[in-house]
Amino acid sequence: MSKSNFTRRGVLRTGAVAGAGVALPTIFTSRASAFTNEPTGSTVKVGFNVPQTGPYADEGMDELRAQELAVQHINGEGDGGMLNTFSSKALDGTGILGKKLEFVTGDTQTKSDAARASAKSMIEKDGVLMINGGSSSGVAVAVQGLCQEAGIVFMAGLTHSNDTTGKDRKANGFRHFFNAYMSAAALAPVLAKAYGKDRRAYHLTADYTWGWTQQESVQAATEAMGWETVNNVLTPLASTDFSSYIAPVLNSGADVLVLNHYGGNMVNSLTQAVQFGLRDKQVNGKNFEIVVPLYSELMAEGAGESVRGVYGSMNWNWQLTDAGTQALVKSFGEKYGRPPSGSAQTCYVQTLLYADAVARAGSFNPCAVVEALEGFEFDGMGNGPTLYRAEDHQCFKDVLVMKGKETPTNQFDLLELVEITPRNQVEYPPNHPMFGGDEASLGSCNDGA
Amino acid sequence: MDAFLLQILNGLDKGSAYALIALGLTLIFGTLGVVNFAHGALFMIGAFCAVTVQRILSLSYLTEDPTQKDFLGRPLQVATPYVESWFGTDIGSAIISWSVPLAILFTIPIMLAFGYAMERGLIKYFYKRPHADQILVTFGLAIVLQEIIKLFFGANPIQTPEPDALRGSLDIGILLGLDANAIIYPIWRLVYFFFSVAIIGGIFAFLQFTTFGMVVRAGMADRETVGLLGINIDRRFTIMFGIAAAVAGLAGVMYAPINSPNYHMGMDFLVLSFVVVVVGGMGSLPGAVLAGFLLGILESFASTTWATTTIPGINQIVIYLVAIIILLTRPRGLMGRKGVMED
Repeated sequence: MSKSNFTRRGVLRTGAVAGAGVALPTIFTSRASAFTNEPTGSTVKVGFNVPQTGPYADEGMDELRAQELAVQHINGEGDGGMLNTFSSKALDGTGILGKKLEFVTGDTQTKSDAARASAKSMIEKDGVLMINGGSSSGVAVAVQGLCQEAGIVFMAGLTHSNDTTGKDRKANGFRHFFNAYMSAAALAPVLAKAYGKDRRAYHLTADYTWGWTQQESVQAATEAMGWETVNNVLTPLASTDFSSYIAPVLNSGADVLVLNHYGGNMVNSLTQAVQFGLRDKQVNGKNFEIVVPLYSELMAEGAGESVRGVYGSMNWNWQLTDAGTQALVKSFGEKYGRPPSGSAQTCYVQTLLYADAVARAGSFNPCAVVEALEGFEFDGMGNGPTLYRAEDHQCFKDVLVMKGKETPTNQFDLLELVEITPRNQVEYPPNHPMFGGDEASLGSCNDGA
Repeated sequence: MDAFLLQILNGLDKGSAYALIALGLTLIFGTLGVVNFAHGALFMIGAFCAVTVQRILSLSYLTEDPTQKDFLGRPLQVATPYVESWFGTDIGSAIISWSVPLAILFTIPIMLAFGYAMERGLIKYFYKRPHADQILVTFGLAIVLQEIIKLFFGANPIQTPEPDALRGSLDIGILLGLDANAIIYPIWRLVYFFFSVAIIGGIFAFLQFTTFGMVVRAGMADRETVGLLGINIDRRFTIMFGIAAAVAGLAGVMYAPINSPNYHMGMDFLVLSFVVVVVGGMGSLPGAVLAGFLLGILESFASTTWATTTIPGINQIVIYLVAIIILLTRPRGLMGRKGVMED
């Protein structure tokens, strides 16, 4: 007679342990693949958070046009635009990893709280995997913080403050746009060449984060060239009449006025400075000059004739002759009847770069995408060879110095390209004092799991 | 001395705009008793009348120029304004250059009609309602108007330059025997100042020396008695609403070259203009004008580097600070009448 060692309890116990053992790796695997808004169907969504109302609505509209075009190109519609010139070939025009790309839009209203609310709604209600766009540094910093907490990727739009990838940098956020330091580094040598090294500058500066960082950057770069800074006057963001600030400039001994203004501020301060006849005057035996460190096409259009002969800088311009720029200008121009603005190009490129990073990573997991974007070097998207630096998620590429055209032939022909400043002239260490120094840190990537 | 004169001059043009808007507000309040928060929007619509006239005069036909290329590399479509082809290049370009002053002719009937329609179509239903209701409905109307303007003209500021002949600046310092560049002032801002003085003078003369004006002044003093004398005072007050709208519109047209018009510009002036009215004294026309210029000059002084470094932020609060002091010391404002808004 044989005696079996199996008992009912023993079988159950062994089965439970074995089952747990078999399931254990699966539990870990499923934990590892769970992240915010993990896509399950045949489509994936991204969110375009741009100003659709408020003073920058026109700029937001141009960003939306570009992003819509990018989605079409990623999904294989249209002529493919910059996908044809992009050095990475991970995207094949069938969406991203076999899923069609869809988008929803939000309205930032160029207000930090409204931008965060619309981003939150797109993340929680629409299930977006990435937020792209915007036209303000205050908004960019606010939304970047939200995306970091929510565990999705943020691609900033038009944000030029050093802080976005400086003291406020975040692991989940990237910026394709250039910054105030880079503008100053590109502009200063051109200004010194055009106006001489013995100049005295008077700054009018918009009184908020972007204005401060730009003023600091331009002052440092021009003083390094030999210029002297006579005064820096902070002007309230809500100002529309700058006459009280402009009138004392001529009597101050300054022979250059630097307008650290953007948007309506820039249009009004530049127009009024020209009306005050500053550019017709001679001070210290030199012609008085005006500089607008950050230009945009829409602002130049607003300022009209006042921009003629005035130097500034841009992240990108449709007049570049590289194949990538020409491909985008053709796609965008044929669809919308106008060349893309600099912020439109930024948002277009960021959408393609996100999709490409997902394809290269083989995953929608935001941390895998962040890893794919960190240190990514590419070409064919305008501005030549470009790097997304791993240490601070700032994009490095050539910077354009522009000048208001003296004899424009049409409404798009307002600025002329003076110089393409090579990337190595605008680079700086990630722990530069203007970017938060040694204390600035990306933190760690959050996938929302 | 020169800095002092400079800031007075700077305050004059801003004060001119405040005075013109506040004058219109006071006319409406003094006649109809309505607190019109849409008045800033009327100023903005006036500025867009200038934009519209500039665009109408610049209407162009396109011809292909094969020697030039557009941004897509196609032959450039060169725009030639119709007025230049009809009247020749010199006269045509001069007409376009003078589009802002010419817009005055267009703005007066448009704004008179707009004000008349606004009063008959909306405001009259709120005469007997509390001031809070009037404020809400007119503020709502202001938002609707600015959104309509944004729909047609976009959110970007639109450059509306002054005539070439009035461009540039005058070195007033040299005229006064001071150093060169001591007092530089744009010609157009001087034009704006004299224009506003003329409009203010015209309104006062109209009220003072015409029968219509006499009836309106009588109605402002005692509406009921004037009505009992068989005079249709309501009709006259409606016309005054139209005139007040036209004054705001004219202030806007001429201001267009100073600040490129955008849909939000009315709101920027509205709150300050109300402060001007309150400081000047509710219902007092001379008070509105006096306070407009005074506060404009004061704001200009508060924006100087000396003031902002002595008291940071003074440029943003000075008008409200003065308003508080005036209201504490003279509760009816500088020239307020007894009994207005005191019931």
